[in-house]
Amino acid sequence: MATYAVKEAKPAPSTSKGVLFWLRENLFSDIKNSLLTLAGLYFLYTIIPPLLNWMIFDATWSGAQDEVVKEGARWIFIVEKLDQFIYGFYPESLHWRPNLVALICIAFLLSMKFVKNLNLKIALILAFPVVCFILISGGWFGLEIVETEKWGGLMLTVLVAAVGIIASFPIGIILALGRQSHMPIVKTLCVGFIEFVRGVPLITILFMASVVLPLFFSDGIDFDKLLRALIGITLFQAAYIAEVVRGGLQAIPRGQYEASESLGLSYWQGMILVILPQALKISIPNLVGSFISLFKDTTLVLIIGLFDILAMVTLTNSDTNWLGYEVEGYVFVTIIYWVICFTMSQYSKAIERKFNTEH
Amino acid sequence: MKLTKIALMLGIASLLPNLASASTLDQVVKKGVLNCGVSTGIPGFSATDSKGVWKGIDVDFCQSVAAAVLGDPAKVKYIPLTAKERFTALQSGEIDLLARSSTWTATRDTSLGLNFAGVNYYDGQGFLVNKELGISSAKELDGATFCIQAGTTTELNLTDYFKANKMAYKAVTYDTSGQTIDGFKKGRCDAVTSDASQLYGLKLKMNKPNSVVVLPEIISKEPLGPVVRQGDDQWFNIVRWTMFATLEAEELGVSSANVDAQLKSQNPGIKRLLGTSGKAGENLGLSSDWAYNIIKKVGNYGEMFDRNVGKGSPLNIERGLNNLWNQGGLMYSMPIR
Repeated sequence: MATYAVKEAKPAPSTSKGVLFWLRENLFSDIKNSLLTLAGLYFLYTIIPPLLNWMIFDATWSGAQDEVVKEGARWIFIVEKLDQFIYGFYPESLHWRPNLVALICIAFLLSMKFVKNLNLKIALILAFPVVCFILISGGWFGLEIVETEKWGGLMLTVLVAAVGIIASFPIGIILALGRQSHMPIVKTLCVGFIEFVRGVPLITILFMASVVLPLFFSDGIDFDKLLRALIGITLFQAAYIAEVVRGGLQAIPRGQYEASESLGLSYWQGMILVILPQALKISIPNLVGSFISLFKDTTLVLIIGLFDILAMVTLTNSDTNWLGYEVEGYVFVTIIYWVICFTMSQYSKAIERKFNTEH
Repeated sequence: MKLTKIALMLGIASLLPNLASASTLDQVVKKGVLNCGVSTGIPGFSATDSKGVWKGIDVDFCQSVAAAVLGDPAKVKYIPLTAKERFTALQSGEIDLLARSSTWTATRDTSLGLNFAGVNYYDGQGFLVNKELGISSAKELDGATFCIQAGTTTELNLTDYFKANKMAYKAVTYDTSGQTIDGFKKGRCDAVTSDASQLYGLKLKMNKPNSVVVLPEIISKEPLGPVVRQGDDQWFNIVRWTMFATLEAEELGVSSANVDAQLKSQNPGIKRLLGTSGKAGENLGLSSDWAYNIIKKVGNYGEMFDRNVGKGSPLNIERGLNNLWNQGGLMYSMPIR
């Protein structure tokens, strides 16, 4: 008696699977698509090999300037000036301090992931900036003072961005809440501040901070230039954060506000426990977007004579012994910016996934 | 426009009772450090080397003043300033001295509450041309193509010069100075024009620095010098005579190498300069060895020029106008006596 055997399914015809199928479906589905694909390939062909040649295969990585024979990038410039790109004028013997701060930052971010105790978390959040500040500027616990004029390079870029992001966040939330407030004075002040700041370019605020403010100080009062710039950037960023958060607040259905009130929660309880967690969650993509643009905006501090990593490229290119290395410098900085901004956007995606409680 | 703005700000400032009251000299001595405004990077004038140390002819001038006043050229705090904020920084007291390749003009000298203490580099607009053209004078540039940056004074000067000499030129206009140089590099034009001190830097940035040449003609006046706040004559005198001392030293043949031997010199000029006779230092409110400190620890003007922009540096700029008056230049020290 013949048993019924299930026939093995035939493999899909070679015309509807595999690499060739994928290529045909996606890249060569009709004449227009095929032409576009070919044009795209040709474009990549003209760009990528010369770029790789310049950046890697024909590049010079070590040796003296006058020994360079290859046509590609002369990365010896970056190697020579790397310390300045990263630390600015920070004294060489003290480079361990910014290095330690970088390690602390990583440890801090990891601890936020693993520490569950809320009080400990808050203590860490409050202690972190203080520790970093003391380490970088010195003056405590026998650490040598390093004046802010000596801070520079990537260190300054990250510092300005970090302070701008961290300090502007709470201010921005308060401004957003103030804008929604029913109290007329609070509301007017918040709207006035936000609209004033948003109506002015960052460069103007920096100029005010660096050029105009000192004219109003009485003689002998030396108000740190970096601090002035940081305050300007923070206030500027706070106005933008406020608008992003307001968008989040307005997206929360009226029912949520009413529900929190009907539970007998006070205004602040309702905001902190019910409204803000939801509002901030939906604002994450926009918040990170504005943080990334702030990170890139920090380069503007070069117009008030602070040397972030981009300004450092210009300065190191004025060394009479190292003239004509702009391209290498700018490519290097581009890569650094891309890596940092890409990391930020990936981090925000991770946070979004973590907070995704929808079904 | 820029100047109007600055003038406006200074106008506001003058209403406030915050202008320097204590003398700058006292303040510098009390702080023990000279706050000196420099550029954010001009090759040969003020820029940092690979160790992050400031170098340049303007930086050397800051050091000279520190040596004269404090006896130590290392006691300088360099404050990098952009072109826009430099004069306000001086006015607000953030810096004691501005040595940032600033052109001495009537407007700046009279309307900004500043004083130019002298000229430490006579600059002017010059031409950088391709060697292939085979010309040796700007007068032969008739019909040449220029890469120029739109809307700058250099463009105006160029037009004036060509009109005055009844010549014509073709222009390829660019937005930024970077693009202008790039255009020249790629052979879009025969020549570029800019301040001569910068042309030597540009020359080094060419793929083949020897394929281009700087022409001898200078078509505009750009005297660059140190600037101080108006209203503190003693400080103004110190900065001005620091400048003169470096020139006088070169003229008398006193350099950092031989200054110790020259202390025994019987030449009355050298004796007055080095403080072994006369009261030049005391009259300035400084010690009698003020000029000795400058020359010993920083050098005379010729040394500063050579190591930063001249023969001893990659820029290799000719002394030209910056030579001493008795060698065909404009550098002239008032007599120290």
